[in-house]
Amino acid sequence: MRKSSKLFTALGAAVLMTGSLAIAPQAMAVGEMPSKKVCEAVDAAKDPVTAGGCLATDRKGGNCHACHTFAGIEKTRLQAGDLGPPLAAMKQRFPDKKKLRAQVWDAEAANRITVMPPFGRHKIVSDKDIDLIVEWLYTL
Amino acid sequence: MKRLFIGLTALVMTTGLVLGSVANADPKRDLEEYQNYFKKRFPGLSLDDYADGHYSLPAAAAARTEWEEHMAFPPYEIDLVKGKKFWDENGLASCFKNGGKNIAQGYPYWDAKRKEIRTIEEDINECLTKSGKKPIKDLKKGLMAAVVAHFRSMSNGQRMAVQVPKEAEAEYEYGKHFFWAKRGQLNFSCASCHVLKSGQHAGGNVLSAGLGHTTGFPVYRLKWGGLGTVHRRYGGCNKQVRAKPFKAQSREYTALEFYEAYMNTGVPIKAPSMRE
Ligand code: HEC
Ligand code: HEC
Repeated sequence: MRKSSKLFTALGAAVLMTGSLAIAPQAMAVGEMPSKKVCEAVDAAKDPVTAGGCLATDRKGGNCHACHTFAGIEKTRLQAGDLGPPLAAMKQRFPDKKKLRAQVWDAEAANRITVMPPFGRHKIVSDKDIDLIVEWLYTL
Repeated sequence: MKRLFIGLTALVMTTGLVLGSVANADPKRDLEEYQNYFKKRFPGLSLDDYADGHYSLPAAAAARTEWEEHMAFPPYEIDLVKGKKFWDENGLASCFKNGGKNIAQGYPYWDAKRKEIRTIEEDINECLTKSGKKPIKDLKKGLMAAVVAHFRSMSNGQRMAVQVPKEAEAEYEYGKHFFWAKRGQLNFSCASCHVLKSGQHAGGNVLSAGLGHTTGFPVYRLKWGGLGTVHRRYGGCNKQVRAKPFKAQSREYTALEFYEAYMNTGVPIKAPSMRE
């Protein structure tokens, strides 16, 4: 019950912040990372944000926390690195979603000596999964 | 942040990250730029501090306390005794200048007669075969790491002093290129982690400065549960970026060690050591 009431507040907050009502229901609350259990059960088609959040902290997926901190990571057992900037206010900083996707797909295009892996170009994460990660990023 | 990147781009350009061309190899200038970069990045550190690997870096202050406690009763003590025993029993001292004492700072070295870089592991095995004994097979850990630990410990305090004669420049460039080129599915160079991001956190790990790499080796790693040579570590660092690891004593790792050891010029040997 605790989870769902949090979810409710979270959704309310998201709606208030973005003024959009077209948000798909999320199993993960804003400011938290999904649990392993949630990740095992998540349906990416119905809940892309949670699926994206799951991929972001998956060692075989994005492993984004190796280099970035973001809301919710402090509540997990994962240790965030600081090789890249904190991921926050993504929507404001990347009003063009395509640019955000491009940063994840191939960070080297914007910065030749970046240390961020080219997740799409090197097929570390599939194109479909990058879309999910971007959906999750947009909630940060 | 911005300043750092401008500085880095300059470093990257001048040290030939893009294309190390042998025609204008300039090891002396590389060395100066490399050490100056770290001097600016970690102004509180002296050259001596780099011998302690990442434990000397500000971000690893907490880990350092734990490390110092470990070092009071170092886990490699038994291996060191084993290495010395093997060294003595096989008369290895007879193959080395000064009986092997205070010479490790010159390794790896360019052998002008054979026209190749020689590592201590190769010289130890050659010494064994010369007297009709079997060479040590495993070049990464176990007995070889123990013998190298003993050998290098006899040079503790000596400052690294690898020479790069003109003839060795092609291999030097080969090692330098290996250090700076991005590789693997995750697309990292050694420099990505150990130059550009040194002193920062990759997950929970504080990335060591490239300056000082090799001086503490062989190291006892808790993760390994034993000693490993620096080539063992190179293999691990290649694997973690999903790149193909090379064999210990391969041309690649020997040239890489040659480059790293030369960049360490002036850093005192402090071997063996312990890492988590
Ligand atoms: C090994 C380090 C590393 C990993 C892993 C990594 N990043 Fe990055 N990231 C960086 C660095 C460094 C930057 C800074 C810009 C640059 O150098 O390209 C960055 C920048 C970004 C930016 C732009 C931030 C801004 O405000 O400009 C986004 C978005 C981003 N990363 C998302 C991700 C996502 C999503 C993942 C996982 C799928 C990820 N990163 C994994 C290192 C990393
Ligand atoms: C993705 C990051 C990454 C890359 C790329 C990487 N390393 Fe490392 N390396 C680490 C981490 C983490 C450690 C353990 C902490 C430390 O000592 O830096 C380490 C440790 C080492 C050490 C041990 C230092 C000591 O004193 O114990 C050496 C030597 C080393 N790396 C060399 C290399 C070389 C050479 C390359 C390229 C072939 C390389 N690394 C590539 C992350 C990396």
